[in-house]
Amino acid sequence: MIEHFPVLIIAVGLLGAFFTPIIGLIRKELCSPWASLITLLQFLISIFLLYQVLAAGNISYWLGGWQPPWGIEYAIDILNAFVLVLVAGVCFSVSIYAKKSLGFEVPGKELPLYTLYILLSTGMLGIVVTGDIFNLYVFLEIGSLAAYALIAVGDRQSLMASFNYMIMGTISASFILLGIGYLYVMTGTLNMADLSERLPELYGRPVILVALALLVVGLSIKTALFPLHTWLPDAYTHAPSAVSAMLAGTFTKVGIYALIRVMFTVISPEYVIETVPVMNILSWVAAAGIVAGSVLAIAQYDIKRMLAYSSVSQIGYIILGVSMANKLAMTGGILHILSHSLMKVGLFMVAGAIIYRTGIRNIYQLKGMGKKMPFTMAAFVIGALSMIGIPPTIGFASKFYLAWGALEAENWVFVAVILLSSLLTAVYFWRIFENVYFGVHEHEEIKKDEVPLSMLLPILIFAAITLLLGLFASLPIGVIEHWVTGVLP
Amino acid sequence: MKPEPETNDIILRTGASIMVPLILLWGLYVLIHGALGPGGGFQAGVILAAGFILYTAAFGLGETKKILTMKRVLLLASTGLLIYAGVGVLAIISGGSFLEYGVLPLGHSPAESSKYGIEMVEVGIGLTVMAIMVSIFYDIAFNGE
Repeated sequence: MIEHFPVLIIAVGLLGAFFTPIIGLIRKELCSPWASLITLLQFLISIFLLYQVLAAGNISYWLGGWQPPWGIEYAIDILNAFVLVLVAGVCFSVSIYAKKSLGFEVPGKELPLYTLYILLSTGMLGIVVTGDIFNLYVFLEIGSLAAYALIAVGDRQSLMASFNYMIMGTISASFILLGIGYLYVMTGTLNMADLSERLPELYGRPVILVALALLVVGLSIKTALFPLHTWLPDAYTHAPSAVSAMLAGTFTKVGIYALIRVMFTVISPEYVIETVPVMNILSWVAAAGIVAGSVLAIAQYDIKRMLAYSSVSQIGYIILGVSMANKLAMTGGILHILSHSLMKVGLFMVAGAIIYRTGIRNIYQLKGMGKKMPFTMAAFVIGALSMIGIPPTIGFASKFYLAWGALEAENWVFVAVILLSSLLTAVYFWRIFENVYFGVHEHEEIKKDEVPLSMLLPILIFAAITLLLGLFASLPIGVIEHWVTGVLP
Repeated sequence: MKPEPETNDIILRTGASIMVPLILLWGLYVLIHGALGPGGGFQAGVILAAGFILYTAAFGLGETKKILTMKRVLLLASTGLLIYAGVGVLAIISGGSFLEYGVLPLGHSPAESSKYGIEMVEVGIGLTVMAIMVSIFYDIAFNGE
């Protein structure tokens, strides 16, 4: 059974998703625990896979017993396993949180919601687990379609947001498919490992350049890299809070994973760094995104919208770290995938909790919230401090590595951008701190009114992990460095 | 007994009552022969759904809903996909890897079980495609009522 875990993580999800409507027809209330159970199973399998990869090396699973490169291969190395644990963990925790939050924001829609929820989780895990580039595209579509539908169930404007996202997402999917098509035409293979062996002799050909350009642009739209981020703020603002939390923590990260995988495994690092300056271009775009995202976040007054723009900025950090392509910066970039996931999921869950209790979305109306919901707001503060990069949080560790990597590359502009954006982050979070803790409510006595435990617990756990991983940052850094040294020349 | 007509389209209704059984039969034929001849689950599903859609066009939604309620459509869609994924898991239980049809305990030789395994998957796909097509038709034509 153990050797089947790479495919079981997907099979469990697919079976679970297709079984949800049947369960929903029997009892609607059972859908939410069912989704939690399925995502828990996926989470456990992913932890085991990470353990196995660290202990015994890379895993390769042949679907249907067909030997790659003819059959589809599920190939897992450290990067896969690391992202798998992250994605499955976030999906599981948010599914517990989602029960009350979705029940409040979009009542009576459990059946389609949780089916799509499991499908989205499975699609994302599939992107990460597969070693076949066309299979990656298929899972990307499964995940994206589920995401469009999940966003569309939100408030009134969510339909428009979802439609915009769908247009952008379809353009990006077409680009990715075309890019894969060019690679396939030139090499006759879709297996990533096989592609990486056959591509080097074709590096002089212009068609590889076209494929590279299509893949980079397509994946950049999926990751919402500035200036292709336009779908993201609307989608995150109008989707149900639990869905925003899940998407912010996982979907863009999976896109970044796919970008890293295509650039550094399928196409070699030498080609994208030296022959064609893709990484150089990406790093400047990312630097622009970091500043622009932060500035736009300062201009927002809706808390979810502010967090969404902050995501644009943080995605810039990750891409910047990855595209500087020295060991320190890349470690920082990949670590920032983890840290941004942890803090942004936590922050979006807090935003959802505030909406659940009070319905307030405007950050200038949050006065007195520190007394009303002390635990939730404490978790918010930890997440926000991590976002700014204050020790001892995980956000500090990843930003430290990023800045160190920029110093190593002797690119002073990037060092300045990283530091400046930290200050801007402090500005937009300080507005919330000020209102929550120092804003005065004159007349009414504020009673403590916390959210239910099933919502509070995931929030507190994410805050605790943000702190704990900050103290023990060497654990994830060790894992990531192991992968980075194997990849970079 | 002929259902009570909603409209007076005698040609449409007579045509439909001759065509619908043939269309459904043709759909089943395509479904079963998918593995060997032209056709397959997806095409068969679309043909089957076309049969139901023609029936709805001729005799009205009420008649079709007697056979295919929204709940049943949903159930069929899930069942089809469950069959697909179930065959994959069955292969694991039989000692192979996911979707390795050869090891399924369905025939005397790996080739034979492979054939029946693919056939089962096709049936699953056919059911799901039919159900989804009908549900899309319900949604667009009757606003999901």
